[in-house]
Amino acid sequence: MVQRMLKSVVGIALACAFGGPAIAQDSKVADELAKYREALADGNPADLLEAKGEGLWAEKRGPKKASLEQCDMGLGPGKLEGAYAQLPRYFKDTGKVMDVESRLVHCMVTLQGFTQAEVTRQWFSKPGTESDIEALVTFIGAKSNGMKINVPATHPEEAKMAKMGEYIFYRRSGPQDFSCSICHGQEGKRIRLQELGNLTTKDGAGFAMKTWPSYRVSQGAVWTMQRRLIDCMRQARWPEPNYLADSIIALETYLQKTATGTVMETPGIKR
Amino acid sequence: MNLKFALFGALSLALTTPAVAQKSVEAPGGKYAKDAEQMFRASFRADNPKYWMTRLDQDETMKTCQQYRDNPPRPIGQKLEKLNAATIRYPVDGKLIGDWKEGEKLAAVGTGGHIGFIQPDPPGRVRGGNCYACHELAKKEVAYGTIGPSLHHFGKIRGNSDEIIKYAYDKIYNSNAFTACTNMPRFGLHSWLTPEQITHIVAFLMDPESPVNKD
Repeated sequence: MVQRMLKSVVGIALACAFGGPAIAQDSKVADELAKYREALADGNPADLLEAKGEGLWAEKRGPKKASLEQCDMGLGPGKLEGAYAQLPRYFKDTGKVMDVESRLVHCMVTLQGFTQAEVTRQWFSKPGTESDIEALVTFIGAKSNGMKINVPATHPEEAKMAKMGEYIFYRRSGPQDFSCSICHGQEGKRIRLQELGNLTTKDGAGFAMKTWPSYRVSQGAVWTMQRRLIDCMRQARWPEPNYLADSIIALETYLQKTATGTVMETPGIKR
Repeated sequence: MNLKFALFGALSLALTTPAVAQKSVEAPGGKYAKDAEQMFRASFRADNPKYWMTRLDQDETMKTCQQYRDNPPRPIGQKLEKLNAATIRYPVDGKLIGDWKEGEKLAAVGTGGHIGFIQPDPPGRVRGGNCYACHELAKKEVAYGTIGPSLHHFGKIRGNSDEIIKYAYDKIYNSNAFTACTNMPRFGLHSWLTPEQITHIVAFLMDPESPVNKD
């Protein structure tokens, strides 16, 4: 854990150092941000959620009074080491490309007997209302910490999802003419002071994807990738896609494919 | 309507003409583009208000820009620029320079226009131009983005001829009139800003007293 924190601190410091154009003022602000992140990384609040998720995973719950320990996240029942890093992937039993969250919900429905509506009612936390999904995804994610993202998308269904994700990435619409690529298709740019990754390259997509789920300081909560991408849509001034929508899974597949080979550092901590 | 049709026809013609020594890049989504559009459209709750859902509609410019990953071959870019230039409307009184102090406020405001069920803006939330998200303007504001070029000393460098004033107004109203598929939103076309608000931002850029042209 200490090693992981150290790594992410160095990573952030490096990213800041190499991030924007080196105008004195800019780098001073970036330095301050890096220090702030460094201080926070010593005690990532996501670690608490990870522990909670570990408990929820093993606890017998739901109408079937079953744990999630037989859940197959793609590497076989109960095999969680490295599972997050190889999602989304195609699952034979459902005939669908699924991401960590849709697969987790599938397990909670099939193994524990919950309804999908019950499970997803609190898919993200609000002040005073915790989310089991956030905790479980943080726990599952941490089991891939230090492992390489590996979504080659070689299965035809995965390849198709990755291409459909690419389509959505470049799709422009709305009252601001936005697409994902407007902000995330070039190198070394910032929005206000926030550095923007070029998500069309391995390095850029890797930097973006390797730290999720992530504790977001500005939100005071851990965000999953679904939460993050759905919020991107909100910021683009579009309607928000449904939780677990195929279009979000497609975007994830496209980004994870691009990021493949990048070492995970999760749970992360972000602005 | 007829004009739109004619332009569309012209565009389609341009699209089918063999590209002149331009390396062809595959359109995003490749052979799955149609499936992807359907899938994307099916991703939303049925109880989204209709006027929210219209935000997913793409006009000819958006569609074409997406197809070429925002880098259309020049002839197609020129067609789009003409199409967009034709949309520009001016304030009734014809005055293109407003109040730079109002413009300064608008340049800083990044809120407004968020919809959805999770975190929409409260009704009546002020919308701004959010210029600082992408541009450097007044020196005193250090939290500026770099997606667009620096506009510091915009008026000081260019002078305030009628041509420059009109250019600034037109660019904010419809950025694609000059550069097809630019990252910059078309603030006037989408009524994100009113013509009057645009004149305030023009003043912020042009007025010798504006902090953009000081320091």
